[in-house]
Amino acid sequence: MAIINLRKKEVQAKIVYYGPGRGGKTTNLDYLYKKLRDRIKTEMVTIKTHGDRTLFFDFLPIEIGKIKGYDIRIQLYTVPGQVKYDATRRLVLRGVDGIVFVADSLEVRRKENILSLKNLSDNLAAYKKSIFDIPLVMQYNKRDLSEEGLPLIPFESLEKDLNTKLKAPSFEASALKGPNVIQTMKKIIIMTIDSLQRELR
Amino acid sequence: MNNHRKNEAGESFNHVFDKEQLIRIEEILGQDLMDLGVHAVFLIDLAGNVIASLDNGDWQHDIYSLAALAAGNFGAVSTMARLIGEEEFSLLFHKGKKESIHFSKVSDDFLLITIFGKELSLGFLRLKVAEASQKVAEILGS
Repeated sequence: MAIINLRKKEVQAKIVYYGPGRGGKTTNLDYLYKKLRDRIKTEMVTIKTHGDRTLFFDFLPIEIGKIKGYDIRIQLYTVPGQVKYDATRRLVLRGVDGIVFVADSLEVRRKENILSLKNLSDNLAAYKKSIFDIPLVMQYNKRDLSEEGLPLIPFESLEKDLNTKLKAPSFEASALKGPNVIQTMKKIIIMTIDSLQRELR
Repeated sequence: MNNHRKNEAGESFNHVFDKEQLIRIEEILGQDLMDLGVHAVFLIDLAGNVIASLDNGDWQHDIYSLAALAAGNFGAVSTMARLIGEEEFSLLFHKGKKESIHFSKVSDDFLLITIFGKELSLGFLRLKVAEASQKVAEILGS
């Protein structure tokens, strides 16, 4: 549910990073926060447990500049990934305009990815939104772990498990090291703004 | 201007606020609340976006993070109310030593967040916030 302010000529849109627990959602935002300090005027907000697991959400507002004369302010959020925080995830999804699904490439997390995607679909449905109608980008995270010899789900299998019907743009990434983190963010921002174009004319 | 778009299923998407609405909203918040001595007031949606904000000039805080947290807080508390069988709580307010914060729902989709000091009593503030919320709701519905 984007906010378009015709007086200030400003658009605010909400993008949520979703996915299974420990998949790298917060790490994505940590990386973006480090790399984009010139566009981020405030501290990143994190509400987490003592064990560094996200408890409520992380929040990072980014000003990306002007499009069609409008200042675009993107609010990036993460949700807590642990299964028990489903009610919280639903709350954070309220008013979402674009989603990055951060899948965990570790072979042992294959089932959790599928369950988390189904959970996303169910929680969107609670707001009468369809996962097929909302801007969405897939990120297959932790690809760097192959260098440490850990068994990873092949790209084709991730696509088959998660993206056969959605056919969303997908990126292999490493939120820890950086590859494709900014590209993922750029893609979802472009897709989200495109979906708002009608209002900006 | 019908600024509250709904799709065929009846759910809300994208709010567009024109200049006149925003000016009128700021006038109400200024006259009804800021003139009382409130430190800051902002109108946000339940997703955490800021629609209007006013402060007394001495207030230097990050309103975008506050808005995200306020929406999350209100959302969490509303969910708790329903879990215990209440439709909603009539008061959400946090008292600090120097600054306190009050939350008020404005129609179905918006929140009025008021930050004030010891010089204002909560009871009086609630009354004025209720009046201001009603006026803002009429503008938002127009």
